[in-house]
Amino acid sequence: MSDMPLVRLAGVSKGFVKGRDAIAIFERLDLAIPEGDFVAVMGPSGSGKSTLLNLLGGIDRPDAGEVHVAGSRIDTLSEGQLSQWRAANIGFVFQFYNLMPMLSAAQNVELPLLLTRLGKAERRRHVETALAIVNLADRAKHYPREMSGGQQQRVAIARAIVSDPKLLLCDEPTGDLDRTSADEILGMLKVLNRDLGKTIVMVTHDPAAARFARRTLHLDKGHFEEKELAA
Amino acid sequence: MNDFLLIRKNLFRKKLRAILMIVSILIAFAIFGVLAAFERAFNAGEDVSEADRLVVVNKINFTQPLPIAYFNRIAAVEGVRQVTFANWFGGYYQDPKNFVIVMAVEPETYLKISSTDFAFTPEMSQAFVRNRTGALVGRALAERWGWKLGDRVPISSSIFSQKNGSHTWDVTVVGIFDKAKPQGDTNLMFIQYPYFDETRSFGKDTIGWLLLKTESPAVNDRVIKTIDAMFANSSWETATDTEKAFNKAFVAQLGNVALIVTLVVGAAFVTILMIVGNTMVMAVRERTREIAVLKTLGFSGGRVLRMVLGETLLLAVIGGTLGLALATLFTFAMRNTLAMFVPGLQMSPGIVLTAFGFMILLGLATGLVPALNAFRLRIAEAMGRG
Repeated sequence: MSDMPLVRLAGVSKGFVKGRDAIAIFERLDLAIPEGDFVAVMGPSGSGKSTLLNLLGGIDRPDAGEVHVAGSRIDTLSEGQLSQWRAANIGFVFQFYNLMPMLSAAQNVELPLLLTRLGKAERRRHVETALAIVNLADRAKHYPREMSGGQQQRVAIARAIVSDPKLLLCDEPTGDLDRTSADEILGMLKVLNRDLGKTIVMVTHDPAAARFARRTLHLDKGHFEEKELAA
Repeated sequence: MNDFLLIRKNLFRKKLRAILMIVSILIAFAIFGVLAAFERAFNAGEDVSEADRLVVVNKINFTQPLPIAYFNRIAAVEGVRQVTFANWFGGYYQDPKNFVIVMAVEPETYLKISSTDFAFTPEMSQAFVRNRTGALVGRALAERWGWKLGDRVPISSSIFSQKNGSHTWDVTVVGIFDKAKPQGDTNLMFIQYPYFDETRSFGKDTIGWLLLKTESPAVNDRVIKTIDAMFANSSWETATDTEKAFNKAFVAQLGNVALIVTLVVGAAFVTILMIVGNTMVMAVRERTREIAVLKTLGFSGGRVLRMVLGETLLLAVIGGTLGLALATLFTFAMRNTLAMFVPGLQMSPGIVLTAFGFMILLGLATGLVPALNAFRLRIAEAMGRG
């Protein structure tokens, strides 16, 4: 694991307006995540875990402060620049898989590659590799409806890593899975972190899931509290 | 995989809905195609009109006769180069249902003036002039009834009778002519006026209309005024007009076809615009989360907008092309049946091009709102976070 932070938040504030009230989620939040880290973010509902993930993924902007990810200050990028930046640097894994139902597993995995300059043959090779990593090479032609929840989440992971992003952002990746499938997915994320060096930030409510991470950040009332968990 | 595959897969993800939308568009474009083909056919007369040709008819209306003596008087008007005349025969073959366009014409002058419309050979022209009972038959009409050169054909009139009480005139086919202009029609027959006039039981020495050629279109107005002034306050006042205006007025008797086309097609389009537009808005709303996922993966707002517009364009082009194909089949099938009433009924390249223009407009109009919604979609909100 490198000491260079891949993710750095500096004095980030974020809030929302409800009716006439302005409610702060974070105020002047600082955070540094080194490259190769695997961080679980836990905290009660409404603590801002998902908002944090949105800020790191460039799909939301802070009210104040700076967000640096993968060498870019992203809070100042335009929407178009953010789209390109996300395509190149971030892989997302969602709680409900969010696969396109009308596309096969291979086609779902290929989606991010449509944003690259790769040719058809190269794209196919990347897709095969990504599906092999998640042990779904034999289900390439299957549609999401033909797969279990765990398998769909594995396809979603393959989609997240197919363009070789530096950072994986996982939002409750096991929240919709049984324990066995959840452990399988978490094991897979651990392998991606350990063997392929992917930096992972995972939001979860599940302490068992958090144990797969190298460390856990507890987010509450706009502040972090850190706990080292794994080697 | 590419964007087109995504567009196609999105469009057909709910097959029944896609099929119903395609059928709606198909019906609209089938109606458009058929009506536009009729409108085109009705107005074909305008296209074959010559700028230096004038038509003189009875001022009351064109079904009322004029005296044959007008022929020489009009020929003497300054600016008139050639004159001819004709009389509507009201023909049919064997059965009144078998309507045939027959005109009794002054043989020599009529062939000269209409030589720009029909390809009369010198041989058939001479044969027609020499043979009082001769008939020149258009190619389409001859083929319809299997008439050949030299055939003796009994042609009946629903208006006129012979002095012996018969409604049928026997004529001999002395020539089968083709059209001289692509938009022309050959579903008609010419017989000699002298033969018709001598044998008919009433209306002798009267004619239906005069057709004349002026020295140039520049003198048309002067000639029109001179002719109408010449016969003003007589028992047979005239109304003279350019051939184009006359043909247009003739078509107008059938009703404003262009207006009918516009209203019917307009109503169909507006209805379909609302149906397809509303359905597409709902379809895109159903996919809010998927669109947010695409944007999360790095698809730009512009690219998502193009994909939604691509979907509605594809829908419009599929439905429109099928509708146009149906209209083409219909006009082709009806072409012979309606040949006597609506000659030249066909799907012209102009109609096809216009239809494709409408398809693109329809696709853009129905896709605009959902595409803009997809473009503006904020990922964080759509994903139910934040």
